[in-house]
Amino acid sequence: MNESLHALSGAYVVDALDDDERASFEQHLPGCLDCQAEVASLREATALMADDAALTPPDSLRSSVLAGIKTVRPLPPETGARQKPEPVGTATTMAKVLPMRPRRRRIATLVAAAAAVVAVGAGAVYQPWQDNSSSTPPELSAADQVLAASDAQRHSLELDDGSTATVVRSLNQGKAVLLTRNMAAPPPGKAFEVWLQDEAGTMIPAGMMRKAGDHKLLLECDAAKATGVGITVEPESGSAAPTTQPIALFELKGA
Amino acid sequence: MTPIGSDNADSPPGGLHSVPASTGDLAELLRLSGRGDEAAFVQLYDATAARAYGMAVRVVRDPSQAEEVVQEAFLEIWRTASRFDVSRGSAVSWILTLVHRKAVDRVRSAEASTRRDTTYHQRSQTVEHDSTAEAAQASMEARRVRQAMGSLTGVQRQALELAYFKGYTHTEVATMLDLPLGTAKTRIRDGLIRLRDTMGVGQ
Repeated sequence: MNESLHALSGAYVVDALDDDERASFEQHLPGCLDCQAEVASLREATALMADDAALTPPDSLRSSVLAGIKTVRPLPPETGARQKPEPVGTATTMAKVLPMRPRRRRIATLVAAAAAVVAVGAGAVYQPWQDNSSSTPPELSAADQVLAASDAQRHSLELDDGSTATVVRSLNQGKAVLLTRNMAAPPPGKAFEVWLQDEAGTMIPAGMMRKAGDHKLLLECDAAKATGVGITVEPESGSAAPTTQPIALFELKGA
Repeated sequence: MTPIGSDNADSPPGGLHSVPASTGDLAELLRLSGRGDEAAFVQLYDATAARAYGMAVRVVRDPSQAEEVVQEAFLEIWRTASRFDVSRGSAVSWILTLVHRKAVDRVRSAEASTRRDTTYHQRSQTVEHDSTAEAAQASMEARRVRQAMGSLTGVQRQALELAYFKGYTHTEVATMLDLPLGTAKTRIRDGLIRLRDTMGVGQ
């Protein structure tokens, strides 16, 4: 479960998030079908609340609006830019797993990216519907379907505790699974949080691992465009963004 | 209701809100507006302005500021109508989302400089029920919504109203209602889910 961000859906639709939270949630939304569906349905409920508040507006408002639109040209419909993102990677374009060296740079990148999002958001045209496709791959895929997928790509790393962790991604299914074997337990009061890194370098919460041992974790949200998978140590309740350096960072290419 | 696309842009606003367009009509009116059809936009305005204005008045309080907010929002709706996608929700929720966002932005920016000094005052005056509701236009739908709101727990309803009608963040709501930090957002979400399921929308 992606508790920390998913739980913001209600506050998001009533505009009760602060700017940072809103930016995080809007980053998360395009890749998460669960949240998209929940936001859409809660928006319908929210609209009902306004029924009970209805007040006849002054005629002057109507005249100003009608005068105003005569000077404003409606935007053209969006055409090619919004088409469904097709998985284009093939086996040959997938890079091998790289050693986990550039940890610090990655974190710096994501902080910079988050700051950029806030800055852009302040001036951008607000759209109630995110600029993501409603036709992202259907959420049918259980972990085993990903593991069995004909286009499954595997990326393994050895962790500091000597155990092995593997990310398996199916571009066709748009999903990834994290497998661990004999993983050490997280520190007391902590848990392992798994992240999908998007093209902008932002780490999106993708799941939690609270115990030692073997895991087969289906990562939340759309993994088709992810450029990496990271694991960090976080408080047990999870974090909205990494607060520690990754203990593992898988680089995925070819999305 | 006049036929869609007819030239009634200058007709008087008689019968405001008395003949609410059905959901499908509104989506169609929005689509036509995106093509620059002013008559369709007028119908869209007449069908939704009372809800937009009433909600904005609740959030920003000052009627003339509410008027500005709604005007800005409707110009934005006109400009971006082609971006509405009926597969992602109803036209009315799209419209009210835009209006609400503008109303909340207005109160937050206006209060940003003074909020520090007035925190105590806000905290001590917030929770009583909003009297502007008395002026609300009665309708069957509104009565059903009121009943559905009445089925929420007290905390859910208060959290939802403070957030939606007063424009407070969930963190502020938590402080006002003496809730543990981080739980107001859960109450807001739970309340909306209950409202949604009671009213049978968004399924």
